[in-house]
Amino acid sequence: MSNKTFMGFRRENGRVGIRNHVVILPLDDLSNAACEKVANNIDGCLALPHAYGRLQFGKDLDLHFRTLIGTGANPNVAAVIVIGIEPKWTGRVVDGIAKTGKPVEGFAIEGHGEIKIVADASRKAMEMVQKATEMQRESCDLSELWVSTKCGESDTTSGLASNPTVGNVIDKMDDIGAYTCFGETSELTGAEQVCATRAATPEIAKKFIDTWQAYMDEVIEPHKTSDLSDSQPTAGNIAGGLTTIEEKAFGNLQKIGKTTKFIEVLEPAEAPTKGAGLYFMDTSSAAAECVTLQAAAGFAVHLFPTGQGNIIGNPIEPVIKLTANPKTVREMGEHVDFDCSGILRGEMNLDEAGDGLIDMMVRTANGRLTAAEALKHREYVMTKLYRSA
Amino acid sequence: MSAPQFIVHDTADTVGVIVVEGIKKGAELDGWVMENDSRIKITALNDIPLGHKIALSPIKDGDTILKYGHDIGKCVVDIETGAHAHVQNIKTKKW
Repeated sequence: MSNKTFMGFRRENGRVGIRNHVVILPLDDLSNAACEKVANNIDGCLALPHAYGRLQFGKDLDLHFRTLIGTGANPNVAAVIVIGIEPKWTGRVVDGIAKTGKPVEGFAIEGHGEIKIVADASRKAMEMVQKATEMQRESCDLSELWVSTKCGESDTTSGLASNPTVGNVIDKMDDIGAYTCFGETSELTGAEQVCATRAATPEIAKKFIDTWQAYMDEVIEPHKTSDLSDSQPTAGNIAGGLTTIEEKAFGNLQKIGKTTKFIEVLEPAEAPTKGAGLYFMDTSSAAAECVTLQAAAGFAVHLFPTGQGNIIGNPIEPVIKLTANPKTVREMGEHVDFDCSGILRGEMNLDEAGDGLIDMMVRTANGRLTAAEALKHREYVMTKLYRSA
Repeated sequence: MSAPQFIVHDTADTVGVIVVEGIKKGAELDGWVMENDSRIKITALNDIPLGHKIALSPIKDGDTILKYGHDIGKCVVDIETGAHAHVQNIKTKKW
């Protein structure tokens, strides 16, 4: 694993990206239309429409800002235009992104009208795109690639092979000093005590268990109307042979490998600050919500094992799909970047599968479009903690 | 090694996972136990789809189901050796 490199974009703050997006970022739902118009006017821009940003407050508002600022700050993004209905909150997002040193400019619609703002923002976006398209990739050490993981439409083959393949990569990335991240608070239910033994210290184990317990007490217990058997596991999980949340959780946990310890528990979309290592992030287990939060924390490439064939992508963080289910490879092949079904036939061991996935990760970092990118999957989904005011 | 028809994670497990398509009732199945790289044989009592579980020994109503060497739920209807083990005879102990 030593001396492996990839060709990345080094940003003003030293972080390394593997894509070079100029993002047109709406502060709020009202500004989606303007952002989409700008992206339609100027080639090479990426609008990120989403559903929220009005009348949020408290922790939910903090998370909204953290997600938007983190998205703009992600090293896969070269430059950002922020458009909002009013200047104050728009400016807060601009200021947050500006701390990275990358080009960012905000536009507020009130007092000007959308047509003028679209024209002004389009001129600025054109400058940004022309500057970004002249940036060159440079050789970077593999340890500079921040890797997140989450699984979806899992089945029993996930726990047998595709999740352990990701785990093998996480162990190898940890050995070379990379930043890695897993999440899915709800989907560790049943395996939470075993997961806690993978914390680096007793304090972090306690923080993890407290986070999991808070989710149970504050979200599941007050809101459940049944035993969740229609939601966790999902109908797809059950069709694939998974029977209980506990079985799903132990399969899920295979993604953090055999030796790596997690060194911190992150809030949703919180950027890691404790140095290289594996981080647990408190996230939903819904694929698009989880990956959006991990991308907002600064992770540059995502490893996504699937059993039955989850088709999720993310607009700024390339999502690499792998599966060990031979039926999924056959029926859903266009969504699969890496086939590790050979493990189930005894044709491939975990170490070989892990090396194969690292090769695919390096190719993706060098510029190969993932299946989800080629299919234009750009699921950008905010996590909402509670109703707006 | 020859390709197994079912795989067992851990020697303590009471269920294994079918990893090939088209398993029919009465089929004699070859299984691979990953933990110690041993092989076991079981006859399927039902048609069992790819990815679904097969009972490795008789499991009684109320027994804990073991997979990955861990508790993954409880048996709610007796399961015979070789039978399809899924939502019709296993339930979560959580929520």
